[in-house]
Amino acid sequence: MTLTSADTVAATTATSVDMSVDLAGRHLPSPMMTASGCAANGRELGRFFDVAELGAFVTKSVMADPRSGRGTPRMAETPSGMLNSIGLQGPGISAFVEHDLAWLKQAGARTLVSVAGGTSGEFADVAATLRASDAFDSVVGVEVNISCPNVANRGLVFACDPLASAKVIALVREQLPRDVPVFAKLTPDVTDIVSVAQACVKAGANGLTMINTLLGMVIDTDLLRPQVAGVTGGLSGPAVRPVAVRAVWQTRAAMLEGRLPYVPIIGVGGVRTGRDALELVAAGASAVQVGTATFNDPSAPVRVGRELAGLVQDKGFTRLADVVGIAHERLARA
Amino acid sequence: MSGATTHGTRPGSGVVRVTGELIATRRVGAYHHLTFVAPGLAELARPGQFVALAVGGPTSANLLRRCFSIHKVSPSGTYGGTVDVVVAAHGPGTTWITELRAHDEVDIVGPLGRAFPLPKEPVPCVLVGGGYGSAPLFWLAEALRDRGCHVEMVLGAATESKLFGVVEARRHADGVTVTTDDGSMGTRGWVSDVLPEVIRRTGAAVVYGCGPMGMLESITDVATAEGAVAQVAVEESMACGVGVCMTCVMPVVGKDGATRMVRSCVEGPVFRGDRVRWDAFSDGWCRVPDDAVGAPRAGGH
Repeated sequence: MTLTSADTVAATTATSVDMSVDLAGRHLPSPMMTASGCAANGRELGRFFDVAELGAFVTKSVMADPRSGRGTPRMAETPSGMLNSIGLQGPGISAFVEHDLAWLKQAGARTLVSVAGGTSGEFADVAATLRASDAFDSVVGVEVNISCPNVANRGLVFACDPLASAKVIALVREQLPRDVPVFAKLTPDVTDIVSVAQACVKAGANGLTMINTLLGMVIDTDLLRPQVAGVTGGLSGPAVRPVAVRAVWQTRAAMLEGRLPYVPIIGVGGVRTGRDALELVAAGASAVQVGTATFNDPSAPVRVGRELAGLVQDKGFTRLADVVGIAHERLARA
Repeated sequence: MSGATTHGTRPGSGVVRVTGELIATRRVGAYHHLTFVAPGLAELARPGQFVALAVGGPTSANLLRRCFSIHKVSPSGTYGGTVDVVVAAHGPGTTWITELRAHDEVDIVGPLGRAFPLPKEPVPCVLVGGGYGSAPLFWLAEALRDRGCHVEMVLGAATESKLFGVVEARRHADGVTVTTDDGSMGTRGWVSDVLPEVIRRTGAAVVYGCGPMGMLESITDVATAEGAVAQVAVEESMACGVGVCMTCVMPVVGKDGATRMVRSCVEGPVFRGDRVRWDAFSDGWCRVPDDAVGAPRAGGH
């Protein structure tokens, strides 16, 4: 299988390339992260790799109260991807900090906690409970999921509206200490992702995570009805990777042009291999999350990191940081 | 050890990930019975658990794993440990698996999920399989008979070619009853038609079932009416099999009496039949019961 070559690469390069990342003031030993909603909250993948090996473990978006999520079927396989319609199932923030965050802390993980809410006030309440929890010192940042497509009211996708996005980010920012960075997770399902990014950064976001899934739909052609119970769902997997690369590129370009303050970008969307991760890094991502590929290979988040380190070294770099956004310096001359 | 590589799991996790070499494949009626070399997996597995197979190779456009209940394991054969599964070619993934040839390799994760609980006393048991849902039951029958249980099997399917393991059943059970919808073998009708008589005659305390949801619901109804406990292994569609994707959930009543949407890959696939909220299933959908923990309020999730 593919792992054999990756393992060989890792053995020879892991120590010679500086893969560390300064992410909005937090030093992470690796750029690799799980993607929210693709890794549960740690224990499950802890059977396959040491969660402390990641730069950060990104948890499933948690809301104020327990939430059942939607009925089933909840997914449909699509070419090089899948459609999911989970509906933010979760235990609620209190049970999350008591059981899940505590487990991640004792496992030595650096945790990036993904928070969600039906209202901007709910986001703030979730952040406040998180801050007050015993395991908060293991949190290296908060990712604000303003872009989940699986909400009943499409108008509640905050990240489709710069003003709504800014309000959520400002309220969450207020609840957290200054040294805990806030990342806004954005959707590519907008006309101009840079304007949403601008609103988020202005409201206090210390970084951007892009992209969330794209709103999609699959029809079951045997039954001639929607294949998932929630009708529409979020499209993810390698099929959407070019959209992620584009979103990271546009946002990084806006920073280089002075239209957007410099903040770190966490790239996510369709990453399956180190080569895929390198694409996002070259477009401007400082860190990379692995999502849907984890369903295929439960150790993908760490395997991709080893492959990425090998590629960075093969290309003659000694630091990953030197590759971030490099493709912007290598445009075709008109 | 030829034919397989183990990688990517941590000691004590109870699960292994191996590149398993296919060493035998044969057609059985409408199904394919495959044997893979899977060192380390056989020693950990118990009846009712399943394996998750990646399909299409490393660059496959089909990313989701296909999950199959374990038909049997052999911890120490000529090739090292092996695991057997029974596959029906439904779509591109299962078709890819059934077209594999000897010495082809497949990425296998397992054993996964919770096994069938075994009774502490040597009580009579009835094992009911629908179609190739019977696959894990022969191994279970062996484990039960090792404990001194009287074991009878009921195998049902639409038609004879869709039965799996009738000959094997005669070897593994003290009695076998077969039903087909079209009467091509055994009694014409459904397993639920013959099950009350088998439970009564054997005095069964536990009814184990594996097959389609509708059948598991009727097994539960019959077992409950006859005073037996139903333990059913569900077949929910899964994307990962390891507990991270949240797609294989179903409403199940917990010890505290509350209904939750639980993952059938980690809390199942075996559930006590009377804990499953069968009322939520209809027409291929499963809704979230209104009284479930965190159920959608007006407007939905």
